[in-house]
Amino acid sequence: MSYLRSTFRHPQAPKNKLGYTQANYEGALSTLCAGCGHDSIANSIINACFELSLEPHKIAKMSGIGCSSKTPAYFLSSSHGFNSVHGRMPSVTTGANMANRDLTYIGVSGDGDTASIGMGQFMHLVRRNLNMVYIVMNNGVYGLTKGQDSATADIGSASKKGRPNMYEPMDLCELAISIGAGYVARSFSGDKEQLVPLIKGAVNYNGFALIDCVSPCVTFNNNAESTKSYEWVRDHKEATNTFDLVPEEQEITVKSPNTKTESVDLHDGTTLNLCRQPGSLDIKCRESVLMALEEAKQNKQVLTGLLHLNTAAGSTHEIINTADKPLNQLTEKELCPGSELLERFNQSLR
Amino acid sequence: MKPTDINDPEYFHKVVDCQYACPAHTPVPEYIRLIAAGRYDDAYMVNWESNVFPGILGRVCDRPCEPACRRGRVDEEPVAICRLKRVAADNKNDITGRLPEISPKNGKKVALVGAGPASLTVARDLAPLGYEIELFDEQDIGGGFMRSQIPSFRLPMEVLNEEVDYILNMGVMAHFKHYVESLKSLLEKDYDAIFVGSGAPNGRDLAKLKGRQAADNSIHLGINWLESVAFGHTKSIEQKVIVLGGGNTAMDCCRTARRLGGTDVKVVVRSPRADMKASPWEIDDAVGEDIPIYENHTPMEFVVENNKLTGMMFDKVRAEYDENGKRTLVSTGEEPVFIEADQVLIAIGQDNAFPWIERDIGLEFGKWDMPVVDKKTFQSTNESVFFGGDAAFGPSNIITAVAHGHQAAISIHQFCQQKSLVERPAPQANLLSQKMGFHEWTYDNHVDHDKRHLVPHVDKKTALKNLQIEVEKGFDKDLGFEEAMRCLNCDVQTVFSDKLCIECDACADVCPTSCINFTDNGEEEELRTRLLSPSDNLEQGLQVSKDLKTGRVMVKDENVCLHCGLCAERCPTAAWDMQKFSYLETKAGN
Repeated sequence: MSYLRSTFRHPQAPKNKLGYTQANYEGALSTLCAGCGHDSIANSIINACFELSLEPHKIAKMSGIGCSSKTPAYFLSSSHGFNSVHGRMPSVTTGANMANRDLTYIGVSGDGDTASIGMGQFMHLVRRNLNMVYIVMNNGVYGLTKGQDSATADIGSASKKGRPNMYEPMDLCELAISIGAGYVARSFSGDKEQLVPLIKGAVNYNGFALIDCVSPCVTFNNNAESTKSYEWVRDHKEATNTFDLVPEEQEITVKSPNTKTESVDLHDGTTLNLCRQPGSLDIKCRESVLMALEEAKQNKQVLTGLLHLNTAAGSTHEIINTADKPLNQLTEKELCPGSELLERFNQSLR
Repeated sequence: MKPTDINDPEYFHKVVDCQYACPAHTPVPEYIRLIAAGRYDDAYMVNWESNVFPGILGRVCDRPCEPACRRGRVDEEPVAICRLKRVAADNKNDITGRLPEISPKNGKKVALVGAGPASLTVARDLAPLGYEIELFDEQDIGGGFMRSQIPSFRLPMEVLNEEVDYILNMGVMAHFKHYVESLKSLLEKDYDAIFVGSGAPNGRDLAKLKGRQAADNSIHLGINWLESVAFGHTKSIEQKVIVLGGGNTAMDCCRTARRLGGTDVKVVVRSPRADMKASPWEIDDAVGEDIPIYENHTPMEFVVENNKLTGMMFDKVRAEYDENGKRTLVSTGEEPVFIEADQVLIAIGQDNAFPWIERDIGLEFGKWDMPVVDKKTFQSTNESVFFGGDAAFGPSNIITAVAHGHQAAISIHQFCQQKSLVERPAPQANLLSQKMGFHEWTYDNHVDHDKRHLVPHVDKKTALKNLQIEVEKGFDKDLGFEEAMRCLNCDVQTVFSDKLCIECDACADVCPTSCINFTDNGEEEELRTRLLSPSDNLEQGLQVSKDLKTGRVMVKDENVCLHCGLCAERCPTAAWDMQKFSYLETKAGN
């Protein structure tokens, strides 16, 4: 088995605004099972960062434990990274963000790392609205421990050589929307056309952005009885909208006359350009989105695309009104202003 | 686009760039792998089957394979294919036991005119089938222009003799020192077929240039002079020499002149240096032997004083190109340039000449007084006369002559059996999986940037002393191994089965050069604009699958595929497989 990828790249590989090619955003050769959906998501992250012309050294990739959390080794090898304890990526990322808010935080996690051991951390992270991208590589099984059903496995779905799952699944998108997440999307590892723009939008969104990405496990959960297989997802996938991120200077063009284009400005000057069928989901309305998700579940559909968008909520720094200067640049003088000031502060509370 | 028919051998044949570019379609990656494995005899025989003269061609081939080499498109320089061939020849053991057995005589008799590479190839293909071969040449030894025009510091006599003798020893009856004066009289004898491989023996002259007659004693035609040196008739030259011309013959002339006493040898070319016909490496070698090249100088006159040549006058020109790229040389109007010389060698090209072929024997001549020869069958308008090598379509090179020889031999064999010449036997093609257990391949699939190795040379002082000392020492086994490892194994093909694909994108994600795409089908021109990587090399094919489950197709641009096998390693369903494609051009009797 090859453990290295050749250093050759296409001689005319396109370059982005920084003069980088996609190779500048790559990582090591994957050691996941061949055909794993996670590799496609990793590659979509590479594509998105390349297309956004992000500087690799201004990105931090955060992860917990699991197949999904191995993937930061396979993308952005010139970026910062932290492979944390199982389910504890949210708090580590919160700390990192407090210390340095100038980095783009891309967290990758799995259905086990998020919906089981990390559930408590995940919920509070959403509530804090930390400015980060949180990608769940959701395959419905614990791949590293040989394919037990995870908390997101649909009821009745069976993995390879497994019994039909007996428990209700957790819907991470519904949970996140219900506690105030402002950018919530669902996608599929096998649909880069949808996934890459969603990641780009998530990076540019100010606040917590969740992408719950169905990512088939070819080894344990890609059989006919599974609702997380390539084939099942392709057959039951229903896109709410098509979606693109338009840079400031670029004119918005509408692709199909039958669709309605809605543009939403993000705080950094870019525009989300949303095309949707008339009468389809109003993604700004929390209640209707939750209802649509429930309906889709009844109809055995996987609703994909950008599900919910709220640009009004402030991120953690704004909520708790932190100093503009990040923690990593504050000196002792500013952090310990002296006993006189402390005394005055204490007095003000009496 | 229609799905690619990978069962058509021509598709994958084109992917093996080196083999496709080789006129004789030598299976290059196959013999390079054998060299890497230290199997020099096998590597030599793979070559010998296709190109008949591995030792010779490993030194002096025009190497059309190298500019075609895929590594040249992804790395700085192509694999040193030609010099690897020599590694096989240099390190082999006695291979005489592996030469084809000679069948009992079949009663057919073929005459070959000329003992150069084309005729020898015909003999090599027909003698084992039982043909009685009679070979005619005006020299007293075989080899043709390989002997008379290529100096021995590039091609040692022993190498030439060995490979010529392999063929002559197949029971060929050689009539040396026998100049064929009349094709008519040859036709009147009892030959079933005649093959003409008499080359292009006339060097071009500058007969009308002022002073040409007066200076005749000090002027030689390049090819005649080289021949005279090769056969030991000329052993020295004056000190100051001008060589006119920019082709490989000019390079051989100037380097030979340096070895025969020329201390001040100059090459003067009419064209810009970039347009010179000589192979770049031969120009480099000449320059390396302190031979300056004067470009953009058109000869005006030979200057003769007191009946002695003192030099030549040249007009300085510049090249201008019209819209079609056609070149005209325009005088710059500067003062003419005088270059001193005691002797001038004219190497400005060569022509065919067939004074010995009568024009009333049903053998038609066409443009430029060249015989009318079929491009595929090599048959002339006299059905029993075949042409090949330089004699067929004008001056080319050894490997082309070999390719002609193979084809002409097929035609002669078909002709002698009264079979159609147009319906030619198909090449032998095969695909064989290289999978060896779990994600292991029979070939070394990791490729990376590696500098092309330089062939060690004998030091200049020693080299210039003696005409017989071979300048290039060739790669030793270690260097040969390292250079062989630069080969990308383009014959190990990426074979895609649409029925197995689950469209997980793993192959497209892992491909280092992003050749693999899953997208909607379309017409080629439009499709090429939608691929992940620029797809503007139209000479390279697109492999297109049948419709996949999602309605999309797999499109692979063959252009810069590294044949690294990662697509197949990362494929969960073995929809990709690495399969060795072998393609053997048919030979007579196969």
